[in-house]
Amino acid sequence: MKYVDEFRDGDTARALAGVIRNEVNPDRDYRLMEFCGGHTHAIFRFGIVDLMPDNIRFIHGPGCPVCVLPAGRIEAAIRLVENEGVILCTYADLMRVPAGKRDSLQKARARGADIRMIYSSSDALALARENPEKQVVFFAIGFETTTPPTAAAIKIAQAEGLKNFSVFCNHVETPPAMMTILAAGDAKIDGILGPSHVSTIIGSRAYADCCDKYHVPLVIAGFEPLDVIQSVLMLVRQINAGVATVENQYTRAVSATGNEKAKTLMSEVFEQRALFEWRGLGVLPESAVQIRSEFADFDAEKRFAMPEIETADIKGCICPAVLRGMNNPDECKLFGTACTPEDPKGACMVSSEGACAAYYSYGRYRATAAQP
Amino acid sequence: MCLAVPARVVELNGDSAIVDLDGIRKETSTILLDEVAVGDYVLIHVGYALERIDPIEAAKTLKLFDELRAQDASA
Amino acid sequence: MSRLDIKNGVIEMGHGSGGKTSATLIEELFVRHFDNALLDQGNDQAAFNVLAGRMVVSTDGHVITPLFFPGGDIGALSVHGTINDVAMSGATPLYLSASFILEEGFPLAGLERIVISMAKASKAAGVPVVTGDTKVVERGKGDGVFITTTGIGIVPEGINISGNQAMPGDILIVSGSIGDHGIAILSSRESLQFGTNIESDSAALHTLVANMVGVAPHIHCLRDPTRGGLATTLNELARQSKVGMRIQETAIPMKAEVKGACELLGLDPLYIANEGKLVCIVPAAHADELLSTMKKHPLGRDAAIIGTVCEDAQQMVVMETAFGGNRVVDWLAGEQLPRIC
Repeated sequence: MKYVDEFRDGDTARALAGVIRNEVNPDRDYRLMEFCGGHTHAIFRFGIVDLMPDNIRFIHGPGCPVCVLPAGRIEAAIRLVENEGVILCTYADLMRVPAGKRDSLQKARARGADIRMIYSSSDALALARENPEKQVVFFAIGFETTTPPTAAAIKIAQAEGLKNFSVFCNHVETPPAMMTILAAGDAKIDGILGPSHVSTIIGSRAYADCCDKYHVPLVIAGFEPLDVIQSVLMLVRQINAGVATVENQYTRAVSATGNEKAKTLMSEVFEQRALFEWRGLGVLPESAVQIRSEFADFDAEKRFAMPEIETADIKGCICPAVLRGMNNPDECKLFGTACTPEDPKGACMVSSEGACAAYYSYGRYRATAAQP
Repeated sequence: MCLAVPARVVELNGDSAIVDLDGIRKETSTILLDEVAVGDYVLIHVGYALERIDPIEAAKTLKLFDELRAQDASA
Repeated sequence: MSRLDIKNGVIEMGHGSGGKTSATLIEELFVRHFDNALLDQGNDQAAFNVLAGRMVVSTDGHVITPLFFPGGDIGALSVHGTINDVAMSGATPLYLSASFILEEGFPLAGLERIVISMAKASKAAGVPVVTGDTKVVERGKGDGVFITTTGIGIVPEGINISGNQAMPGDILIVSGSIGDHGIAILSSRESLQFGTNIESDSAALHTLVANMVGVAPHIHCLRDPTRGGLATTLNELARQSKVGMRIQETAIPMKAEVKGACELLGLDPLYIANEGKLVCIVPAAHADELLSTMKKHPLGRDAAIIGTVCEDAQQMVVMETAFGGNRVVDWLAGEQLPRIC
């Protein structure tokens, strides 16, 4: 696969790791947060951890839209589909996430709720066209990569007069979440691996505040393993030099200003919410978007009564601390015993890119191998 | 957090395109991009093309890898 | 008896009631196409002599949707699947039974297409369908067609193949490219439509197994990696044999299109179903000869050594990635779903 295979070459990976090994200061740790869950997944899937020197520590960030979605929002979606008899369209990632009281979208579907897994917002539009007598609600989640596709769908729905289509909007924003983590300071982050595809949309300039205000270097890292490893090298070099700027490793897809057309589309359809609850990070100001009043017809929260639902995390679950980078998954009492991928208690275990899932699947070997 | 893969544009139809990923063909919306040409490589995410991949920058990154390999070999 | 209107007719409740309508369906569809002496006898059972030896029996239910997919259909799958389960013991498959649960309203033309496909698969394999059953459920209570096939076979003298026999030092061999079937199925599912040339690899493996056992009678384990893919099969065998496994990512055969589809949907090919492949665990001394024998068979052309069995109290399957890093290839937790993140 072009633009994939060349960035997965094993020999180059080992060589890059050799350069890193040569340049790290053996007397210190380098605590690097990979913000994006996709990077967490790549780090474990490709065994990048094994190639790095021991004093490079990856701290896993909250860049997993499934992980940070409060259980109450999933509960609200379940009630919507069960009470109003809508067709609920969702990305498959959400199906098994615990919603509180051990429920989930998958369990609701088993009870008879009309929940459909889709690949794209355009699939939700198609379902709305094919089922004119039913209400079709699209459960929209994601950071800025996934927000423009939702905006596009709403505009198409308006243009076509698709009166039975609406969106339950849960889109969140990356820079505010980063600022929150840096402000808290307890994760003691030395550098940040910035998200690949969010950055194609928002551009590298969007992170300037994070660096300037907290003096933490940030490298926008591409999605492939060689991108990640090269980005680690770039962070190590900045840290060694005492420098803190935004660097762009993913130049083949990310520019300073990002995708202007996508950004315009987003601001046309969405506006900032004053407040939004993030699982693990608490209620954050100006960190998420809602649908503008001009498109209120397509806002599920206006079309249907969708009360705010409080759900508590399961006792013992430390997903919040894991999401903030303060604890590793294996420090959770439930990890690997009460909480496993087959029977997850928190979102970090069920999401394919959640840190707990990555640790469980990929990390157990390293823990075992380390034992005498 | 966002799975996006590079695929080659093989056909254009207004606001949508057919892209090819090693023989897999998928219909994709190009509504987020201004100019897309057949032969371009684009990043696909949830059925939308997010951005064109710049072949010159890609080559630069690969060249950088080569230089780093040389650096490691001489160390 | 009035003839079946195969062109325009549909399954009715009467077809499952055991009366004249049932008999017509059985005569004109099943008996006609499966076409063998035992079935022609018209009994509720098939009686035959067997050679002395160890018998093997295996059964499988088939509920796949869509019913027709690139490279196959539920009918051929039900024949191949059970033949393979029997063959994985090293046994020579002899006979099949087939039980159908049909949904009221299912088109007879579709059913005939399935039965013709089954008959073709069965004849090509030399394993006849000698007895069967038909039931009908009300509209809405079935997915068109469910098929359960049961197969019996005889294990040749001196052959003892079982999942608990893998030993540290044994070699792991896979008979060909992985992920083809699962991707072919996904490509024909409504919500994920993508164009591909990938076809299901659905095939009967018993003649390949016969060749393998002929040249390497001391094969320890054989299994076909169906649901849950190669990863699940390796984990099952590791658990049964109480061993660990170490495999190399670069050694696992995979078609470029399967890789592409997995990248597109965020799926791990190790967990995707196969219907015409097998995994073999054999003592190291016999591995090379076995591999070259497999490669001479049409269904083993892309066979490859993918790893080794080792001591491991945790019974883990670990894969060396293309980087030389390691990752655990874990059990699947729930169904693998396409992801956006």
